[in-house]
Amino acid sequence: MGTNLYHKVFDKHAVGRLSSGQYQLFVGLHLIHEVTSPQAFSMLRDRGLKVKYPGRTFATVDHIIPTDAPERQRPLKDSLAEEMLVAIENNTREYGVKFFGEESGKQGIVHVIGPEMGLTQPGQTIACGDSHTSTHGAFGSLAFGIGTSQVAEILATQTMSMSKLKVRRINVTGKLRPGLYAKDVILAIINKLGANGGVGYAYEYGGSVVDAMTMEERMTLCNMSIEGGARIGYVNPDETTFAYLKGRQYSPIATDWDKAVQYWKSIASDKDAQYDEVVELDGSALEPFVTWGITPGQSIPVTRTIPSIASFPSDERPLVAEALEYMSLQEGQAIAGVPVDVVFIGSCTNGRLSDLEEVARLVRGRKVSPTVKALIVPGSHDVQKAAEAKGLHKIFTDAGFQWREPGCSMCLAMNPDKLTGRQMCASTSNRNFKGRQGSASGRTLLMSPAMAAAAAIEGKVADSRIVFAVKEAA
Amino acid sequence: MTAQALISKVPGRAIPVRGNDIDTDRIIPARFLRCVVFDGLGEHAFEDDRLGLKAKGQQHPFDMAQYQGAGILFVNKNFGCGSSREHAPQAILRWGIKAIVGESFAEIFFGNCVSLGIPCFTGGEEVLSRLQAAAEKSPQAAWTLDVEAGRIDGPISESVALPAGPKSQFLSGGWNSLNELLTQIPAIERVAASLPYVSGW
Repeated sequence: MGTNLYHKVFDKHAVGRLSSGQYQLFVGLHLIHEVTSPQAFSMLRDRGLKVKYPGRTFATVDHIIPTDAPERQRPLKDSLAEEMLVAIENNTREYGVKFFGEESGKQGIVHVIGPEMGLTQPGQTIACGDSHTSTHGAFGSLAFGIGTSQVAEILATQTMSMSKLKVRRINVTGKLRPGLYAKDVILAIINKLGANGGVGYAYEYGGSVVDAMTMEERMTLCNMSIEGGARIGYVNPDETTFAYLKGRQYSPIATDWDKAVQYWKSIASDKDAQYDEVVELDGSALEPFVTWGITPGQSIPVTRTIPSIASFPSDERPLVAEALEYMSLQEGQAIAGVPVDVVFIGSCTNGRLSDLEEVARLVRGRKVSPTVKALIVPGSHDVQKAAEAKGLHKIFTDAGFQWREPGCSMCLAMNPDKLTGRQMCASTSNRNFKGRQGSASGRTLLMSPAMAAAAAIEGKVADSRIVFAVKEAA
Repeated sequence: MTAQALISKVPGRAIPVRGNDIDTDRIIPARFLRCVVFDGLGEHAFEDDRLGLKAKGQQHPFDMAQYQGAGILFVNKNFGCGSSREHAPQAILRWGIKAIVGESFAEIFFGNCVSLGIPCFTGGEEVLSRLQAAAEKSPQAAWTLDVEAGRIDGPISESVALPAGPKSQFLSGGWNSLNELLTQIPAIERVAASLPYVSGW
């Protein structure tokens, strides 16, 4: 029997076994941002340690950076944010780590800039003090979030301790119908397997739907693996992967390129690879998904009504009841028609050029509902420049969307973009946790960019296929 | 090398926090991550949950007088899901928690706890139900979590589990693995040299 990518890549990076029985794993690419790295550098300083391979760590600023252009003037108005920005500037300078700050023209969300610069490549191990590092698995790498103590370990040794995971192959079969997106696929997977269904597993995504996805769609898919409990999610590298990488800033060039492609092919799962578990999902049957609760698994197709508390297993009922109370939603209520106050399109899940192009295509000539505040936030400077070169920003602002500077923005509450009070937000981000978007009572409905665009125009949750008159394929 | 304490027994009073899927945004809301040190996070543990209950005239266990000074936390399923922020276990640790017993833990949270010397033991739904009820009934009771034996003893006794790897890390004082990782520099360099994307195509 053959071997899957997870075991091939893990074994190539295993330095040895530790006394605990865990593996010491070499981390080929280490990404850092301003939130989870300052204490790690302090740990190095306290111990008098150096960064072992400074050229294998890359830094940017994304969580705390304001997305309103005037607010980005230094020093930042929020003195705590300024202190964090200064810390990463100083730490990267002192330890010789490349920092993509605002003035580099390359700043952006860490999980957007890694792939777009070609830093992320198949067959790597990639770690970042950020749980959405799973995004990079789209390239056939083992990419996972870590805590600050492990950031320090990687800085000092380029390794960390890790146990082997089990591997669950998820086959998404058939073909997505028009108006369906990678976001709907991952929300459906989390709904099916549960918000904790992936604990102890790496998810390998495959099947005809995944094979047909672009790299940006695969990134959306892998991004939310952690919301299903899986620390790692990946797609085997293929011609789509290689075509994406060719010619990027950090991609191999000339004769190295052919050697790299050979290597990347060699680490893909064998045709007869073994898995600990195989799960099937019929992609042809999917409909646009929307969350109604406070975990990413609490979701339904937009055409349905919110399930009754009694329909859940007894140990899940308290959380369902808590979610409905927090969201002010009722059992049996249709999710379509729920009014929204804010629409956020962006984040490491859906802040890439193709997301923005799709929204622009749909909203051209339409108007955002006067009752809605709608933000579109590019994931990086590169995304911003490319979108502006295509005139997308003009389409957005004409329609009544605010067009912002790159950053994590309203995905989480660390910069000025926040919900207030009990606002309901249709969001393309990845988490609908209580208080996630910056108001302790703010409410989040996760959905695809097309669904968020429909919510912006209608002022309420609406089936984007109806709002934008999407025709079924013949 | 910095010596680390051997963690074989964790004594303390217990505090129950009920609910599945309690995420790291609830454990420490993101606005408190605007910092370059972990100091001071303890007082903000579960801040929004605490304020939310207070507004309804109720109290979160972290605010209840009878649980102040508790050291062992009893939780339910998928505790610590969400973000990789080490600020979450740091906040709990700095509030005073030395060990956690739950039905299950999110993986990154569990690993962060190991790095900080916080054993996270698991038990079944019935076990946690009995432990939480016992802690609520006798908040002043003394408990001892025996890391080696995999048992917690207090008003009641229950068997609880910890994977062999982390268990040996706590018992040997190697729970923060940096020291051991640093002993393997030649092996690290060999692996780096063997990887074409690191050493050159």
